[in-house]
Amino acid sequence: MKAITVDDSKTIRAIVKRTLKGLGFEVEEAEDGLVALEKIKQAWPIDLAVVDWNMPNMNGIELVREIRRRPEWSGMRVMMATTESEISQMQLALEAGADEYLMKPFDREALEQKLVLLGLVV
Amino acid sequence: MNDADFKFFTTFLKERSGIALEASKQYLIDTRMAPILKEKKIADLAALVVALKGGDKVLCEMVVEAMTTNETSFFRDVSPFDAFRNEILPRVIERKERERKIQIWSAASSSGQEPYSLAILMREHFPQLAGWGVNILATDLSKEMVQKTTNGEYSQLEVNRGLPAPLLAKYFHRKGVRWQVNDDVRKLLTCRTLNLLENWVGIPTADVVFIRNVLIYFEPDVKKAILGKIRKVLRPGGYLFLGGAESTLNLDSHYKRLDIARSGCFQLEEA
Repeated sequence: MKAITVDDSKTIRAIVKRTLKGLGFEVEEAEDGLVALEKIKQAWPIDLAVVDWNMPNMNGIELVREIRRRPEWSGMRVMMATTESEISQMQLALEAGADEYLMKPFDREALEQKLVLLGLVV
Repeated sequence: MNDADFKFFTTFLKERSGIALEASKQYLIDTRMAPILKEKKIADLAALVVALKGGDKVLCEMVVEAMTTNETSFFRDVSPFDAFRNEILPRVIERKERERKIQIWSAASSSGQEPYSLAILMREHFPQLAGWGVNILATDLSKEMVQKTTNGEYSQLEVNRGLPAPLLAKYFHRKGVRWQVNDDVRKLLTCRTLNLLENWVGIPTADVVFIRNVLIYFEPDVKKAILGKIRKVLRPGGYLFLGGAESTLNLDSHYKRLDIARSGCFQLEEA
């Protein structure tokens, strides 16, 4: 299983990476949406993208839309992981094509339970 | 904690809650009593034991509540909820077609995530139940937990755990920094305290009972007694959900395990 963590915070990327690696994922990193699109292309196939909302160059919502515009990537599960916590924002992300939504701060257990919901961890 | 204090504490806990605390779980006393020591300005565990021996009623309740409250999450373990949605509830609906009433009992509901998960699942996937009388009785030993369930308010950390985002967006609203279950879901629940070891008064006849990860804490004779009492409130042919590591085997022959993957679901024999 392969995942990518997309966040402009190196610390958050490290936390997500550590948790995912602990579950057996191989993990790529990207600091914004534009870099993420390139990395996904290079490292394809990828099973999961964990995506922050507020990032320079291309934000998380734009990235989700870009991902969902490509039918060849439809098998990739996308989860937003963000400090944005209004219901309207959550709905916007889901409408854009995110499969799940995790609010920061989150703990390891919350991340793992979201992966169970996504069918990536049993 | 010295041996004499530990012995007193475990005996006290067993008498009040039925829970048999093993010596290997002594760390639970340290971690769970720490907030109480701080709040009540009690110096250490030895002093706590002295206070408990003195019979301080409020303190006794606080200690039992702290020792018996468990971490939980929405849709915990997934499989029982899948079984409830795909197999059990459709059977119950078919059976209750004429009566149009369904009673569920979440018998150790802690902070309410289990009964609310059931209520949300019923709203989301069974619109045909809109005109039915659906009630989920949520009981717990702890007054504090029952109050929390009644309020239906959760922290961000709690709603992050196990609850699919589309359901969070649909069935909750923001209340300051917290999240509250919407009224149309909350009204499906009836919440009250109940000590499983005491007499059960006013428990309605249920179609399905959830009592997951509770029996594991009890001695076999207590498990038998509880399973026997559940038989009296579960309608014949009704369903019982236990935790994944729990069973009625060698405890009560009136229940039969259903072959539904990892659901922990049992059916009570027909009358």
